[in-house]
Amino acid sequence: MSESKNIVVSLVCFHCGDECKDDSIKIDEKLFCCNGCKTVYEILDQNKLCNYYNLDQTPGISPNFNFGNRFDYLDDPSTIQKILDFQDENISKATFHIPQMHCSSCIWLLENLYKLNNAVTHSQVDFLKKELSVTFIHNKISLKELVKLLTSIGYEPQILLESVEQKTENKVSQTLHLRIGVAGFCFLNVMVFSFPEYLGIDVNDSFLKTFFVTLNFILSLPVVFFSGWEYFGSAIKGLRKKIINIDFPISLGILALFGRSVYETLSQTGAGYFDSLTGLIFLLLIGKFFQEKTYSYLNFERNYKSFFPLSVTIKSIDPASDGQEGTEKSIPINKLMVGNRIIVRKNEIIPADSILFNGDGRIDYSFVTGESKPVSKVSGEMIYAGGRQLGSAIELEVIREVSQSYLTQLWNNDIFNKKSESFFTNFSNVVSKRFTIFVLLTAFISAGFWLPSSFATAINVFTAVLIVACPCAIALSVPFTFGNAMRIFGRNKFYLRNTSVIEDLGKIDSIVFDKTGTITQLGKSDLVFTGTVLNSFQQKMIKSLVRNSTHPLSLKIYNSLEADEFYPVTKFDEIPGLGITGVVFGNLIKVGSKEFVNQRLEADTITTKIFVSINDETLGHFSITNSYREEIDEIIKTLSKRFKLSLLSGDNEGEKFNLLKFFNKEDELLFNQSPENKLEYVKSLQSLNKKVLMVGDGLNDAGALKQSDVGIAVTEDISSFSPACDAILDASNLKMLPKFLNYSQSAIKIIYISFVISFLYNLIGLSFAIQGMLSPLIAAVLMPLSSISVVMFATLSTNLLAKKRGLLSQ
Amino acid sequence: MIVLLIGISLLVALGFLVAFLIAVKKGQYKDTHTPAIRVLFDNETENENKEENNSESK
Repeated sequence: MSESKNIVVSLVCFHCGDECKDDSIKIDEKLFCCNGCKTVYEILDQNKLCNYYNLDQTPGISPNFNFGNRFDYLDDPSTIQKILDFQDENISKATFHIPQMHCSSCIWLLENLYKLNNAVTHSQVDFLKKELSVTFIHNKISLKELVKLLTSIGYEPQILLESVEQKTENKVSQTLHLRIGVAGFCFLNVMVFSFPEYLGIDVNDSFLKTFFVTLNFILSLPVVFFSGWEYFGSAIKGLRKKIINIDFPISLGILALFGRSVYETLSQTGAGYFDSLTGLIFLLLIGKFFQEKTYSYLNFERNYKSFFPLSVTIKSIDPASDGQEGTEKSIPINKLMVGNRIIVRKNEIIPADSILFNGDGRIDYSFVTGESKPVSKVSGEMIYAGGRQLGSAIELEVIREVSQSYLTQLWNNDIFNKKSESFFTNFSNVVSKRFTIFVLLTAFISAGFWLPSSFATAINVFTAVLIVACPCAIALSVPFTFGNAMRIFGRNKFYLRNTSVIEDLGKIDSIVFDKTGTITQLGKSDLVFTGTVLNSFQQKMIKSLVRNSTHPLSLKIYNSLEADEFYPVTKFDEIPGLGITGVVFGNLIKVGSKEFVNQRLEADTITTKIFVSINDETLGHFSITNSYREEIDEIIKTLSKRFKLSLLSGDNEGEKFNLLKFFNKEDELLFNQSPENKLEYVKSLQSLNKKVLMVGDGLNDAGALKQSDVGIAVTEDISSFSPACDAILDASNLKMLPKFLNYSQSAIKIIYISFVISFLYNLIGLSFAIQGMLSPLIAAVLMPLSSISVVMFATLSTNLLAKKRGLLSQ
Repeated sequence: MIVLLIGISLLVALGFLVAFLIAVKKGQYKDTHTPAIRVLFDNETENENKEENNSESK
């Protein structure tokens, strides 16, 4: 961004790798960009932890030392209790989510925390989950101090209401591991003991025969009752809710197979089908494991609370002193009540709808509306939650509770609570329900048909029908196809919330784009100056002036101007919402809106223009043009052939001309859209029976993202991303969007083919079984065979297609 | 004889199963990525030596 071209070798901070402005901050010939980085280096140096820098070049993260009383809520015992995993008289254990973790150096430093503070006894990192679990002696270091320590070395833990509220450890995967282990062990041993049977070796020794069968029987018990509980449990749960889910026929199949095998063992009529039984359960569980593994790290469902600060500073008013003076204290946000007087400092987010009581509000609502121009508010005005205060601290009176605020209401709109049912899960549930009834009927009827002639055949037919008709191939094809597709998407930095998103993606027929942050790059908008060409002296004066302001537009101007020295600015004044003035070497400089800089000009609201005048002579204006993401024109061209496209923007129409270069005339381009407008627009498309894909940045269009059939949030930084959407797409891979859509459609086709294959298996199997021509043994072979072939087909075809589409390297 | 051999083979296999179950219970499968990086770090004593060498050479 900053163009210090006069320096041949760019000065890079030894700690964080950012560019240094000059070489003023250094120790031992090591340069630092800021004092924060220098302090971290000093801390590490003192504690002999500089190996940190040997592991990776410039691994650090610029720390923020400006704590204030930001972490005061960590003194609240009830909050501490929520954060800690474990506590006894001496030690406490806590797990933090640290999104800044990014390289092996981070792991090393965080696991060497005990060197920085001896009150920390143990710290361990889970890199993929970006989690740090710390054990510490709470008499020596408080939770607050620990968090401050982490923050001071650049790893600020992300403590969210969310994570504090629901701290349920996921033990599911561990149980699944155990179940697979047991099933695998028993399956392989049962196979070994079934070998004589397989090879048709005639075992005359009836003792050995019974011995093997008994062993198999014993081995199958843990498989059925421990590993198989995965299915029985789910089937029973379903039955309690009076739903027959896909696990029900699987359970029935397992039970039939088990019952039949036990019967044969006890009556000594055969060897049973313990091998097929254990193998079946093992394979089913493996399938489930793959499915879970794919999205265990992708759990990104969070809600509005993720954005809000955890604590607020309230000013308690002493009634005795007539509301004059009060003490400030920090309270957890959920204890905030209507009527509370709160203090919001610079860069803090307003937690609840409130009325400005004291101070100048300069609120950046980009989070809500996408508009980067701050809004100024004066005392007595209403301020909605979600804005970020840019100016100095303000005092507010809360008029609505956090859960009732405007923003919260938008988020709490019905659609956010709607859990969309997957068609395929639905489909396979419906099919298995109908199918189960059909299979049960077939089984009983055919058994009844055979009963008069032969009891043995009747039993054979009954079990064979139940086993062969078990719709597990149907159950497997969906998770395997979608699971694999999701994995392939993940490799392309496209992360889906769950597999049913693929299904929805395949049915999309219209696409709605958000402009800011989606097809334009946030923070990369270019600034163009039109008017009299500024000489270097004027540039330096303007740069010196805007240096005094923290307004985002001032920062942009600051970065766009070249100057290697600054002049002293006197009489600096900033008028919120209008502009800044100051005097440099006796020249009065004004930078700001049109009417502010030159009263004679008419106000112009179409584009964002910042006018500049020196000594009341207007020199020209800076205008902001958005820079579009690379290849956006190609993406839109490709997509417009097959989909109805529209564009929604929270900004004004200034960009319409540029946008028309990409979009066709028939595409709808809408401007000045509020988050609610966007939501309504998506709704209106849906009421025309369109399947809408919303592509947005997930901040000001969260409502629309959720309302749409598929909402994709395009983001530059996946680890720090939050809102509720169906999928996250790394901004660099937006160009792959058409490929992703095509691929989803193919995935659906693959599932249909898989369904057909498994139905054919079932029908052929059934027709033989009913006629009594299929022994349960062959049925039991056929069943896993059909499952395996369907799984093979699903996995291979998804991989093959991905390679063909260029989503997977060869 | 066969029964004995089978018994032994089962016991051996059972040993592995128990080992696996213990590994799962201890959480070895919870995080399969970080240990792979952690193993590459030098241990304490080497660290300090290295550091001294480094600071001297720099």
